[in-house]
Amino acid sequence: MKVLVAMSGGVDSSVAAAELKAAGHEVVGVTMRLWGGESDTGCCSVSDVDDARRVAQQLGIDHLVFNFSDDFNTHVVAPYVQAHVDGITPNPCIECNRHLKFDRLSERARLLGFDAVATGHHARIEHDDEGILRLTRGADDAKDQSYVVHMLDQNELAYTMFPVGHMTKAQVRERAVELGLRTATKPDSQDVCFISKTGGRETFLGNRIPFRKAEVVNEDGSPAGKVEALELVTIGQRKGLGIPGGGPKQYVVDVDTPNARVIIGEEARLYCESLTVDKVIWSDLRDIERLLKTSDVLVQSSAHGNAIPATVEIWNEFSVRVIWNEPQRRIAPGQSVVLYNMTNKYVLGGGIASAKK
Amino acid sequence: MGTYLDHAASTPMRAEAIEAMTPYLDHMYANPSGSHRFAREARKALDEARDLVAATLGCKPGEVVFTSGGTEGDNHAILGAVRRLGGVAVCPAAEHHAVLHCVEHVNGVVVRVNNVGTVDLDDLQRVLEAATDEQPITVVSVMAVNNEVGSITPMRDVARIVRKYAPNAILHTDAVQAACWMDLREVTPLVDAMSLSAHKFGGPKGVGVMVIKTGKNLEPLIFGGGQERDRRSGTHNVSGIIATAKALEVTDKTRAEEMVRVTKLRDRLVDEIRAQLDGVLDTVPREHRVPGVAHLCFSGLENEALLFLLDQADVYASAASACASGAMEPSHVLEAMGIDRSWSNGALRLSLGHTTTDAEIDLAVSAIVSAVNQLRR
Repeated sequence: MKVLVAMSGGVDSSVAAAELKAAGHEVVGVTMRLWGGESDTGCCSVSDVDDARRVAQQLGIDHLVFNFSDDFNTHVVAPYVQAHVDGITPNPCIECNRHLKFDRLSERARLLGFDAVATGHHARIEHDDEGILRLTRGADDAKDQSYVVHMLDQNELAYTMFPVGHMTKAQVRERAVELGLRTATKPDSQDVCFISKTGGRETFLGNRIPFRKAEVVNEDGSPAGKVEALELVTIGQRKGLGIPGGGPKQYVVDVDTPNARVIIGEEARLYCESLTVDKVIWSDLRDIERLLKTSDVLVQSSAHGNAIPATVEIWNEFSVRVIWNEPQRRIAPGQSVVLYNMTNKYVLGGGIASAKK
Repeated sequence: MGTYLDHAASTPMRAEAIEAMTPYLDHMYANPSGSHRFAREARKALDEARDLVAATLGCKPGEVVFTSGGTEGDNHAILGAVRRLGGVAVCPAAEHHAVLHCVEHVNGVVVRVNNVGTVDLDDLQRVLEAATDEQPITVVSVMAVNNEVGSITPMRDVARIVRKYAPNAILHTDAVQAACWMDLREVTPLVDAMSLSAHKFGGPKGVGVMVIKTGKNLEPLIFGGGQERDRRSGTHNVSGIIATAKALEVTDKTRAEEMVRVTKLRDRLVDEIRAQLDGVLDTVPREHRVPGVAHLCFSGLENEALLFLLDQADVYASAASACASGAMEPSHVLEAMGIDRSWSNGALRLSLGHTTTDAEIDLAVSAIVSAVNQLRR
């Protein structure tokens, strides 16, 4: 097959390219230039492009750079900034996967005659007994990334390859060492690529939006403290609220954006029975019918969080309500919520935690 | 070897130049600044090369400065003028980044260009007239030929305006893309300084030529042993300089017939593409353009995708300039010309040169037509 492999300059995508080549595919590597601004951790910094290109040269495959910075700005950066204005906690890496890697890039790959797009994500794509493609957790439990690529439907799953999904991270690094790839010992990227370590989220947002001062109040409305930037407050946050110490620990339990108020309360107040999820994308639409009969699922709401038992109430194709078996801490609106099957093996679908209660 | 239509990026070296330089990579290795017989032989070859370059450019040998390339010449002219004389640097918006980024670096003034990509003479005049005694214009840099779209600047008109409205300014021209297609003896008398790059006319990479007219003083960029009359220190790249002189000589001698030959090839390339495809913009009218450049904009596609398909078909072309990562940047030249993004997204530069053949044009036409059709499907 003719495969276009997205190479970030990290070890996983380096080995993904190597595995494809070894399997006899016709492989072309591509690095997407996404962020043109200042960055020190960026997945598209010049040194990362250098790494990707050098690995491609070592493997004997062509390497391209696609400039998708306009799309990245439109679909990832601008919504990220707006979400903070709206009091929502966005997940830009998932939006980048959704709009860039598995939309813009796969669209171009199709146009250029490629049979598949591959990435270095730790996830697997497997046929189940009924022949349905299942987005399955990666072999390395600690590194599984099925959560961040949950938006792939049958059509996209059929066009996608995850060549390192069956390997552990240690095996990936070993393979890179064997091949003498310069990315073998490169640390994993952790942070949002367009936010620099030195300035952080505060500087990034501060350069783009005016921060609103906000009052911190108790649930009865009585004043408790002040914050300089409402936009930087997240549900569950405990520090930086300008409240005196002593007494039971106080958490942000709600952010009232229209009235510029941050509501705090004790930890128990963070817990809720259910959660509304919007913009749901199903891995396979036939799962909707299944879930109408047997509604038990496991629900993951952060990249490395546990999958929690719940039942799901399907409102329509795009919206569901997750009812926890036991009360759970409230999920900040904007976070991705992914449903897994009861053996916690594969993704059923996923969407965005709603601001609605 | 595929179909090479990227001569504006770099040209294949002329066989004569390789032959001329080889002894100086091999047994003639002395430093020409030395004081022994062996060094004097290298010095003689260097001085002969300088004479040859001067004769080809229409200047005095003492006005020729060998550099590391076009970018160094551009930097030397602009930074050297501002560091020595103070004041303000001026250039048009469609200059090569080697000029534009220098002018921006010293907070200079960028002048508008017209719809063919050459300097807007009225805007140039306006900027020069607006200068004050406290902030005089000390250097004006205007490219002779645009590297992306190939348009030819009327240097005579530029010189007239600069001499009239900024008589004390140094007029520099980046003539990197002009060497193959213009008799530089006609340009040199109009300017105070000129920069060339050897690998754009069949010479080696890493060598450039600057003309700095007698009496025009620029602060050096590089200090050291005082080579090149203190204007550019550093041991001479003897073999490279000798190859450069030879390449320039051959280019000059064959220019008249090459222009006729390459114009025919270029026109056929453009005509055949346009006959087979709709939605193709010939960016600059032929009368404003050098023979070696065809610049087309294809509606409804993205040039990154087009270049990939051409690459797969072994047709080597380019679009705009690439950034440090290798990603294609939206062209500042097309933007300055006022070309709509819907066209400029699909921009393609096909540049021809001394090795381009009829067969290559045939291959390129068929590859381009098929790639564009695939992308527009």
